[in-house]
Amino acid sequence: MDLGALVVPVLAAAVRAGTPVLYATLGEIFAERSGVLNLGVEGMMLVGALVAFVVTHTTGSPWLGVSAALLAGGLLSLIHGLLAITLRANQVASGLALTIFGTGLSGFLGKRYIGVPAESFRPLPLPVLGELPFVGPVLFRQDVLVYLTYLLVPLAAWMLYRTRWGLNIRAVGEHPEAADAMGVDVGRVRYACVTLGGMLAGVGGAYLSTAYTAMWIENMTAGRGWIAVALVIFATWDPLRAMAGAYLFGGVNALQLHVQAMGSTLPTYLLLMTPYLFTIVVLILATRETARKRIGAPAALSIPYTRSG
Amino acid sequence: MRGWKYAVLLLLAGMLLLPGTLFAQGTKLKVGFVYIGPIGDDGWTFSHDQGRKYLERTLPYVETTFAESVAEADVERVMEEMIRRGVKVIFATSFGYMDAVLKVAARHPDVIFEHATGFKRAKNVGTYMGKLEEPFYLAGLVAGRMSKKGDIGFVAPVPIPEVIRIINAFTVGVRETNPKAKVRVVWVNNWFDPAHEREAAQSLLNVGVDLLAHYQDSAATVQLAAQNNVYVVGANFDQSRFGPKVHLTAAVWNWGPLYVEIVKRVRAGTWKSEDILWGMKEGIVALAPLGPMVPSDVRQLVERRKQEIISGKRLVFTGPLKDQSGKVRIPAGKAMRIEELMGMDWFVEGVVGQIPKK
Repeated sequence: MDLGALVVPVLAAAVRAGTPVLYATLGEIFAERSGVLNLGVEGMMLVGALVAFVVTHTTGSPWLGVSAALLAGGLLSLIHGLLAITLRANQVASGLALTIFGTGLSGFLGKRYIGVPAESFRPLPLPVLGELPFVGPVLFRQDVLVYLTYLLVPLAAWMLYRTRWGLNIRAVGEHPEAADAMGVDVGRVRYACVTLGGMLAGVGGAYLSTAYTAMWIENMTAGRGWIAVALVIFATWDPLRAMAGAYLFGGVNALQLHVQAMGSTLPTYLLLMTPYLFTIVVLILATRETARKRIGAPAALSIPYTRSG
Repeated sequence: MRGWKYAVLLLLAGMLLLPGTLFAQGTKLKVGFVYIGPIGDDGWTFSHDQGRKYLERTLPYVETTFAESVAEADVERVMEEMIRRGVKVIFATSFGYMDAVLKVAARHPDVIFEHATGFKRAKNVGTYMGKLEEPFYLAGLVAGRMSKKGDIGFVAPVPIPEVIRIINAFTVGVRETNPKAKVRVVWVNNWFDPAHEREAAQSLLNVGVDLLAHYQDSAATVQLAAQNNVYVVGANFDQSRFGPKVHLTAAVWNWGPLYVEIVKRVRAGTWKSEDILWGMKEGIVALAPLGPMVPSDVRQLVERRKQEIISGKRLVFTGPLKDQSGKVRIPAGKAMRIEELMGMDWFVEGVVGQIPKK
């Protein structure tokens, strides 16, 4: 079997592996666009994964599971909101605390659910679209949560760049004083964005426990929350680029595995290194481009807002 | 008046101390377990914790305590803390704890240490490990017969001798029932990452294997096999509940009897530092029940080989054994020496894939 025959399965794997990270990245983009850095993504994903699994296991419905994860992620992010927005605490410390809290909480509450099977989302090939050559098997023979991102990403981009809400979010993240003077409630916008971020992180976690695999195990996110935080920078706070970044991340990993499975004679250490090498190279390229185009982080990122005088 | 106050204080202090002293003089033997992962990893650490519970159930004079997710940098402090609380026997269940165990053991000659998977011993430090390759060899016999194409995939964690030995033993079994079969290996490079494990298993299915095996700390491979209706061999535990229709069998750990034996020896004063390497004979490892799809002639073969291993008539690695290039590594009639087994860094003939080399 040659590598050509594997292009489709590798790309399909890229989309699948990228999806949980994509949800979390989209959420973090909203939080950071409004000026709040939330390093609690990993913790919120873990709690989302657990809650989704427990609800799916109890009710038999993965949809209820994901909805519960959405709520749980949102609620958890309110802790960060309270600390970082209302109490103006250091956002790095508060976010890290949230990750530690979420990891511990999910591990503690999840003990009873280890090794228990449950229902899960199954691949649902779309009629017509799923039959298309090439794009069909890559994009349209996935599960429902993957399809949802196809709608969510353009929606997020449209909202950020084309609506009044988006304008307010960006204003609050770039220049909260000006936004405040314009009559925008800085605190409210930030709370909304952080909560949205938490909800999406929760769904990203839910994807791992109810779609990718149907199980709960402690720490099952295995660092994907941190990859999401890094992808936000790679994506220069842009939803469409986040999609590309998430799929690249998934694709390099999948490619490496397929090359191994084929019995390639390439040195295995080199293969295992590729995702990391790739991340470094892409990050360098991305940073150079952002420097050239003068796109950077939202100016007020991680700075608590205090109305002056 | 002043005197009274002191007397009352003394009395109170005495009351506080009293239960403590009584407790210390009690007959319970305190045994501590140090784990590298969370007890909920559904793999290595979980299996040790099952052993701990078995120990507590079996020996009424034992009281156990444990610390989970202990990083190598913290293990010295964690063990010191256990000793301060009166722990007399410590089981350290990760390879990386080796040097810290020796250091702490040198400071506390009255405490007995048992280090899993290690090779350095001292007067009060013993080492122990189980031969999971034995049940994996038996599982290979089943897999070789149940794979139609003779193309089998193995989702492998990290390239260390223990894992290489297991893949080799599995392959030896596979080739015994299907001499032309091959076993493709994909390294996940992690003991534990369910999503990535699933993707590794998927990549093996994509290149055409029709049977999967794994040695990861989650059941992700078994689940994927169930979804694709492909037979699978599980590891660490009987994982049939994740795919009852496809789960052929699993190579499983059973630490309990070993923990009971060691603690009994300590209690009786007969414990001495040694390297314990137990197998199916002693019951530290086992083969999970075969699934209903396994035909009776395979069952009989597995049972026969199992008895041969238990009676010591058969060793998994006996010559002639060829490596991937076809070169004879172990000549006919010779068995591998223990040092050769412990340091195994080559794949047997039939394995497709590489061991990352420095």
